[in-house]
Amino acid sequence: MSAKLRKELRIDILALVLFFAIMAVDKTGLLPAVFDHKWISLLVYLIPYFLVGWDVVREAALGIKNRRPLDESFLMTLATIGAFVTGENSEAVAVMLFYQIGEWFQSYAVGQSRRSITELMDIVPEYANLELEDGSVETIDADDVEPGNILVIRAGERIPVDGEVLSGESLIDTAALTGESVPRSVHAGDEVISGCVNGDGLLRVRALKAFEDSTVAKVLEMVEEASEKKSHTENFITRFARYYTPIVVAAAVILAIVPSLFTGAWSTWIYRACTFLVISCPCALVISVPLAFFGGIGAASSQGVLVKGSNFLELMAHLDTVVSDKTGTLTMGNFSVTEIRPAEGVNERQLLTTAAAVESMSTHPIAVSIRQRMAEEGITDADLPKLSNITNHSGRGLTAERDGRVLSVGNARMMEELGISAPAGSDAATAVYVAEGSRYLGALYIQDEVKPDAKRALKEMKEEGVRQVIMLTGDRQSVGDAVAQELNVDHVYAELLPQIKVEKVEELLSELPLKAGKNAKLAFVGDGINDAPVLSRADVGIAMGSLGSDAAIEAADVVIMDDNLRKIPVVMRIARKTVGISTGNIIFALAVKLLILLLGALGYANMWAAVFADVGVAVLCILNSMRLLMRKQFQLPQ
Amino acid sequence: MKKKFKCEIDCANCAAAVEEAVKKIDGVIDAKVNFMMQKFTLEADDDRFDAILEEAIKVGRKIEPDFSVEV
Repeated sequence: MSAKLRKELRIDILALVLFFAIMAVDKTGLLPAVFDHKWISLLVYLIPYFLVGWDVVREAALGIKNRRPLDESFLMTLATIGAFVTGENSEAVAVMLFYQIGEWFQSYAVGQSRRSITELMDIVPEYANLELEDGSVETIDADDVEPGNILVIRAGERIPVDGEVLSGESLIDTAALTGESVPRSVHAGDEVISGCVNGDGLLRVRALKAFEDSTVAKVLEMVEEASEKKSHTENFITRFARYYTPIVVAAAVILAIVPSLFTGAWSTWIYRACTFLVISCPCALVISVPLAFFGGIGAASSQGVLVKGSNFLELMAHLDTVVSDKTGTLTMGNFSVTEIRPAEGVNERQLLTTAAAVESMSTHPIAVSIRQRMAEEGITDADLPKLSNITNHSGRGLTAERDGRVLSVGNARMMEELGISAPAGSDAATAVYVAEGSRYLGALYIQDEVKPDAKRALKEMKEEGVRQVIMLTGDRQSVGDAVAQELNVDHVYAELLPQIKVEKVEELLSELPLKAGKNAKLAFVGDGINDAPVLSRADVGIAMGSLGSDAAIEAADVVIMDDNLRKIPVVMRIARKTVGISTGNIIFALAVKLLILLLGALGYANMWAAVFADVGVAVLCILNSMRLLMRKQFQLPQ
Repeated sequence: MKKKFKCEIDCANCAAAVEEAVKKIDGVIDAKVNFMMQKFTLEADDDRFDAILEEAIKVGRKIEPDFSVEV
């Protein structure tokens, strides 16, 4: 609680106590000398009134002076003056008291929300350990780090800026940015990003960027600025608020004057008009709706997803179609050996070793994947047979000689030329055949592996209401079909040139209103580097962030920091809850206000009810919005 | 020159109104009042920046008397 709030609370409580005391004496008739006299009674009541309401009256006066009379303070002052005029002293004070206490709760709740959100993102490194030329270490502000500085990061410390590891080995916790505590191992030569927490090893890191250009500062800035890109709901509230107040005030004036002219009961109708004035402020909505969206963005951020605008969060709640790129998004993006099929009588390990030996000098992706598999199987270079005369036959493969025999590693055409009828390849994979002389030894199948969680992610998206998932790829149709089959994708468009991808998305966008209604939205998921035009064309562009790649963060509307597709349904859930809470607040607030306006006009609601309809409703709406800040509610079960 | 300040503003409605009013000041390129984060961003002519900032605070105070900016 801030000092300001603490002071206000003290005054409010004092005024409350005073008020109850005065009211007690008044109603029990203990001091008729004071309370039977109209003017003295008024003066006594004015004490707690001004104690608690001085700021309000002052603001009202300033408002008139600055030619902005229609603010809450003025209306409250007018309403309570009206109450005094009609002789309802205790009610006037009670209303002002009630109003101020309510306002206090509102400030308190908003302050709590802000604190909660900043805590959700308490990932800012505060200091850095600078290694000086003489080898000693000085602790400085993270802000003061310059690119090129050598920094020492001890166990448990937060990495202050983006940098490159010079020496040391450790496990890094990326939870601050990705929302998950899966540790990543780093050693010399690896890049580390700010915000992550170091494990047990001591690291010496060269700073690559200054603090404000490093990942964590950029992410925080984007989250801050995200609330400036307003959602439709928020825009609606702003427009609504502009009309609501003048209309209600006008209605109050009419209510005060017209019936009084007919019935002469000025007191009654002025009092009722005052209740209108109290309810004329749309504060409940103007505060609680942006707060809800702010909370939603904060919640997404704590799950490792950067949503760059409240409008995008809102769109995520209405996703109908998800279009995804294949390579690097649905698949790992690196080729690997997925199957080793030796011919009869041939040992699998031997097949692999032979192929690896022949491919040992090549840098082709196929060779890389074979060598990777080799390493996984624990086969080292020392285990490889010595070969001579390694020759590259372009378009076919490689040959090498061993003990006078020719080993061939290549494609179907190479096998054909050797007179070997190789077994048909699988559609999805690239087949690499191995032969010794003209004897077929077997085949290795190389594929771009599908991401382990991809299938589950797509299923979860469907569960969240996505109607169709569409895959786009520049790869061969058969490969696309195979991946589509494995992941249960609804449609595949393969062999697409980059510019055709944009056209395809435009086509899908134009069909959307017809097939799924005007609220249906389309998201495109890609890797940010190659997909910038498509990302901006889609309603929501989602990029795999690869832990903060600048390109991805620039190009996309939503960035998934740890490339985990399952975060998409998580954000959809957050979006749904945010929109649900905001809409709920709007309906609740308007319904209560309308009801009390009606009852007030008819004489069934007094000013207490009016103050509740204004401040009470505001506090409830704010508390409702704060539900988005509950930790862990959106966490992915492992 | 573009600078970001911490500010205090209690009413979300007023935040929007202050933003509108500051944008109208001569020399102001852009202004943003972020109610959620209590931050005031002013982008204005370099040579008259401080004067414009003072004017902006004055204008803000007219709309909400309790508006204050941490310079």
